[in-house]
Amino acid sequence: MNKLKRILGIIWMVLGPLAIFYLVRVALNEVAKKPVIDTWIQWGVFIVIFIPIAFGMVIFGYFAWRGEYDHLPESSVEIEDD
Amino acid sequence: MTEINKETKGIWKVIGASSVGTLIEWYDFYIFGSLATVIANQFFPKTNPTAALLSTLATFAAGFIVRPFGALVFGRLGDLIGRKYTFLLTLILMGGSTFAIGLVPSYESIGFAAPIIVLLLRLLQGLALGGEYGGAATYVAEHAPPDRRGYFTSWIQTTATLGLFVSLGVILLTRHSLDIDQQKSIAKFNDWGWRIPFLVSILLVIVSIYIRLKMKESPLFSKLKSEGKISINPLKESFVHRGNLKMVLLALFGATMGQGVIWYTGQFYAQSFIENVCKVDFDQSRTIIIWAILFATPFFVVFGSWSDRVGRKWIMMAGMLAGILFYRPIYQQFVTLTDIDSLKTSQVTSVGEPVLKRELLKASSDSLITTTRLNISADGISYKEVNTDTLHASGKISSAKPLYTEKKLPAPVYWKFVLLVFVQIIFVTMVYGPIAAFLVEMFPTKIRYTSMSLPYHVGNGVFGGLTPFIATLLTTIYTGDKLVGLWYPIGIAAVCLMIGLLYVNNRIDPDVND
Repeated sequence: MNKLKRILGIIWMVLGPLAIFYLVRVALNEVAKKPVIDTWIQWGVFIVIFIPIAFGMVIFGYFAWRGEYDHLPESSVEIEDD
Repeated sequence: MTEINKETKGIWKVIGASSVGTLIEWYDFYIFGSLATVIANQFFPKTNPTAALLSTLATFAAGFIVRPFGALVFGRLGDLIGRKYTFLLTLILMGGSTFAIGLVPSYESIGFAAPIIVLLLRLLQGLALGGEYGGAATYVAEHAPPDRRGYFTSWIQTTATLGLFVSLGVILLTRHSLDIDQQKSIAKFNDWGWRIPFLVSILLVIVSIYIRLKMKESPLFSKLKSEGKISINPLKESFVHRGNLKMVLLALFGATMGQGVIWYTGQFYAQSFIENVCKVDFDQSRTIIIWAILFATPFFVVFGSWSDRVGRKWIMMAGMLAGILFYRPIYQQFVTLTDIDSLKTSQVTSVGEPVLKRELLKASSDSLITTTRLNISADGISYKEVNTDTLHASGKISSAKPLYTEKKLPAPVYWKFVLLVFVQIIFVTMVYGPIAAFLVEMFPTKIRYTSMSLPYHVGNGVFGGLTPFIATLLTTIYTGDKLVGLWYPIGIAAVCLMIGLLYVNNRIDPDVND
């Protein structure tokens, strides 16, 4: 199971940038179709808010790949010592 | 025996005081969303592009950007000065801004100041909501006995859905009680009556502030404070310290992200779909949700309590899986049950005379002829059929596809709709009932408020809150499939389910005192 968790870590790392690439592509298409300020704001907000989340997904994948989730902490002391 | 009674009595006071305040905050937040169209007419006229721009900002910014900021600001405060005063502050902020929205003069009276004030107040609402939930959930969990943490925190979990229930109820009630003549009543509501749900909120908030003022600080936080062990920098310890950051990310991607989309699909998207895609009339599309919420709400407590025995993980994951598997069949039923296009002429009866309206199109000599008929289908659905024909100057007539609107469902179909929404809310109760206990148990007391608030509001506010928008956007991009919008919640829930299954464990933390 731990091996699978680590391998999937690579997928999570790739998923973040891939999602942003898809989002930007759709946004550009939609803005081109209807270039009004409302469309710019809507898609602008989507992109701005999802970039840090996608970055978080990359870090999550990195942690998974490094085996950080092989064992989850059972107490707060364990979290603090990590 | 007396000791146990005292302890139980104490926890019920804590739950009551926390839940009432949290419910009011959700109510305050939802009435703005539920009255978006009316508010837009009052403050954000479409004819003025800047006002329309502020409207878009009010909708997007408050729900999606400000909520996570509220989580950071008030989470930090809650870990520094305590839970009690922080979630008292969020309540005052929310109640004050809601009441103030009800008082703001319209765009017609004070011009641009109106939409700007409303936008600022809406931002304050989002900020306050971002700080409220984490405080209430932490406060209750830190009072609860270890073996009943899921049960006691599940009462807090009912508040979001009940807030929606109360907001829908108050709006419907106000809309229909301003005049004996229903049409006049609706007109009065759109003119000034919409302010009542905002103004009423202040009474509830005052009562809730009074109750909360009488509460004591969380015993765990008080202990930390007396020992001088509170965090000096909760933000740094929560999101920079690697050990805690990895748990924050796990909470977001393995639980709250999926919970958010299941929550918003089952209630908000369901209502939007029934009203805008199935074209069911305004009142019915809301009362369907109200009944379903009423029947399903006890299940938050059922699943919260059950999670104390079997663990939080599997119940939440089962809720996500159910959403993934059943959303498309459920929504297909909504479409099939209200499908007028497939009816044969012999299955439709017209009631009364058709109403004809002819208007000359601007900048051409063509005319637009609109014919409205009231029909009843063989299975009892009454609806308006609107046929629009263009009469060209050449004498040629071109007809648009007929529109079927304001569908009124007969009792058997209506209750089938209630059942289908009820089933979706059961999925909500599965993922949402145990999640407060799950989040509380993940993080250390000294940074709990900050650490659990951010993943909750990113998962619930961003991933969940965007569900109706993204799903609707998908239907405008891929117009051939009415159910295409469901791929967003299904996709997000599927990724979350996979992460949750593999990485989250089912262990119930026996000690949240550390």
